[in-house]
Amino acid sequence: MNVLDGAVALASVMLALAVVLAFIRLLRGPSLPDRVVAFDLMTSVAVGIMAVYSIAAEETVFLDVAIVLALISFLGTVAFARYLEQRGKK
Amino acid sequence: MEVILTEWIPALLVLMGASFMLLAAIGVMRLPDVWMRMHASTKSATFGIGCMAIALAVWHLDELSVVMRSLIIIGFVFQTAPVAAHMIGRAAYRMGVTPWRGTKRDELRGRYDPETHSLASVNDH
Repeated sequence: MNVLDGAVALASVMLALAVVLAFIRLLRGPSLPDRVVAFDLMTSVAVGIMAVYSIAAEETVFLDVAIVLALISFLGTVAFARYLEQRGKK
Repeated sequence: MEVILTEWIPALLVLMGASFMLLAAIGVMRLPDVWMRMHASTKSATFGIGCMAIALAVWHLDELSVVMRSLIIIGFVFQTAPVAAHMIGRAAYRMGVTPWRGTKRDELRGRYDPETHSLASVNDH
């Protein structure tokens, strides 16, 4: 077992813990923007998980998935922000 | 030299990125209001993605397509994360989410009209 395998295993554990913590905030978050922030963090961590997995599995096709997920996460966050502003206006 | 380039640098970068992402999640879990949580999540999660993408680029340094895709991820995330955070912060303020009670300074207080969403300038007061 070389150095990179150990680092990838440790990083996977840390990222899994990060998803769990962000999900707790997603469930608890007192206001809707809190939940949107937590969801945004979860998609960022998912992009990180794909990068780590593509190192571990020697499969670079996951990078395309990471690019698309980053794009969709940005669109989703902006759409949520627009929705919240429109809802606050009336 | 070869071993250092292909093993230690990606390993260190992956660990650094994962640590920053865990730190972002702890911040989102522990900090008291929306804007502080956003401050924790956007900056360190963006930096974490950057570290991991650079690790991937160094690990596949001989394949140009992988390096370019890693750079595209970095450029894209570093451009979109501040915009998304700005929009969420503005939406939260307009919705009337209350800041933490220990907040020292709110420069929009008294100048922002929730009915018309207009801002008075400093000279009007």
